[in-house]
Amino acid sequence: MEGYQVIHEKSPAFYTRYERKAEMQNQTHYCPGCGHGVVHKLIAEALTELGVQDRAVLVSPVGCSVFAYYYFDVGNVQVAHGRAPAAATALKRANPESIVMAYQGDGDLAAIGTAEIIHAANRGENICVFFVNNSIYGMTGGQMAPTTLVGQRSTTSPWGRRSHNEGLPIHVCELLAALETPTYLERVSLHDMKNIMKAKKAVKKALQIQKDGGGFSLVEFLSPCPTIMKMDPVVCRKWVGETLMKTFPLGVFRDHKPELPVDAKFPHKTIAEALEVADGQTVDLVPRRHHHCRDLTVKMAGFGGQGILLMGQLLAEMGLREQMEVSWLPSYGPEMRSGSAHCHVILSHDRIGSPLLSQPEVLVAMNELSLHKFGPTVASGGLILYNSTKLPEGFSAPQARVVCVPASEIADTMGSAKVANVVMLAALLEETECLPTESAIAVLEETVKNPKLLELDKQAIAAGRDYVDTQIEVGAVSQPDGYSY
Amino acid sequence: MSSQPRGNVIIDVEECKGCGLCVESCPPECLELAPELNHYGVHAAQYTGEGCTGCGACFYCCPEPGAITVERLIPPAKAAVPPVPEQEVAHAATL
Repeated sequence: MEGYQVIHEKSPAFYTRYERKAEMQNQTHYCPGCGHGVVHKLIAEALTELGVQDRAVLVSPVGCSVFAYYYFDVGNVQVAHGRAPAAATALKRANPESIVMAYQGDGDLAAIGTAEIIHAANRGENICVFFVNNSIYGMTGGQMAPTTLVGQRSTTSPWGRRSHNEGLPIHVCELLAALETPTYLERVSLHDMKNIMKAKKAVKKALQIQKDGGGFSLVEFLSPCPTIMKMDPVVCRKWVGETLMKTFPLGVFRDHKPELPVDAKFPHKTIAEALEVADGQTVDLVPRRHHHCRDLTVKMAGFGGQGILLMGQLLAEMGLREQMEVSWLPSYGPEMRSGSAHCHVILSHDRIGSPLLSQPEVLVAMNELSLHKFGPTVASGGLILYNSTKLPEGFSAPQARVVCVPASEIADTMGSAKVANVVMLAALLEETECLPTESAIAVLEETVKNPKLLELDKQAIAAGRDYVDTQIEVGAVSQPDGYSY
Repeated sequence: MSSQPRGNVIIDVEECKGCGLCVESCPPECLELAPELNHYGVHAAQYTGEGCTGCGACFYCCPEPGAITVERLIPPAKAAVPPVPEQEVAHAATL
């Protein structure tokens, strides 16, 4: 109007239109009188006033506010129920310059996300959590929340919450105030103008703390939910002030930066340093397609302690080194120590669908038990490498070629039974020619830190390769039934 | 000019859901719910046309981001001065 100037209007931190649906793009989806809209408004204003809208990231929860990303013109992520503080942690750590806000309701934060909020607060993550407490599950239709008042009726506490059956309402601010690490914890209410202005200050303060690198802050809003409470918006707001606030007293529960012991600092590396390239240099990420790298599916099995899993890991690492797609699936369980251990390794030029192998092309059997157990599963035309000089009586796998490599004996003559797995790995590489042995040496040099052991491993590689080269005749008939591949 | 209200409030009836929180919050009681239904089927809030002080209470109590816009009368003496600190003044006035 002429002669007047605008002093309060829609914040530029909101989109001008909300494109969630085709119609009514000028309205939020919240019910009339919902507290979320007010909290949204306060956050949006604080972002603008602090000038951080362009680096703000809002983590939307599960709950009525799940669609917050349709309203805020900031970076947005929507996460699984209760996980907002965990996702916010990752966002903040990955990009410390961003201003990360986790927006959560009471079902989200205080029920399914209890672990996430406690641990994020305990780590003193430099994030803001905006916790909207309306004492009920709103989106799902009014089930009892951890913050539901004693005696309050809900669809899952139809006679009212009873302390002996459902416990007492959880006081999140008080709970977190028991930790040493949070910087700022305050509970505010949205039940009248005066308190909304206090809430506005709290929101701005929390964001300012994060902007200054001050640590973890949480603002809890006591908020009306007129629809679920079956109240008129005005009456529901009064109920917040008169009833909800009695159980959840307002106040500042923490307002100082924690004094933490000085930790040893991690070495900080830029991405360029980690990739060992000059700053600004581009890294060629197009996979090299070596003709000598072969797609292969391998099952390795033996006693626990024979280095079966390590052997598989080495093979997978080699594949990675040659820029193939790889997977390594170990067996786990109490069977591992002196029981049987096995793992599945896939080397592929294409993406791998499943790391599980029902019919491996190659079986590495480091003991007789594994040979009997897994020999029959080897694919037709496959290969079995068996850790002995000859096959046991009565074993037959006519679909596969069997090569006997006495890896344990070879390792023993070298002075350490530990390297039998490396001998066998070398035999596998030589027999299948799936990957170059130089690659194995390179991987060992990276993983084995003990120089003596590394030397032994290198000898084991040579020994395994030589054995296959010199002792196994091409087309040798190794099956007791005279089958030749 | 003394009869001219200090403030003015503009309500977007397309955005108003008729919750009535602004009406209840308005200190000078210058807002009301329209007696007739709008095309969304709600009694949208409206300004009676007199008595607005530009305090901003309705703006902050309203759950819709842009349903309410509040204006304040530019004092004749300061009309030429760029209105920089106005927002802070407005907040102080409301507390």
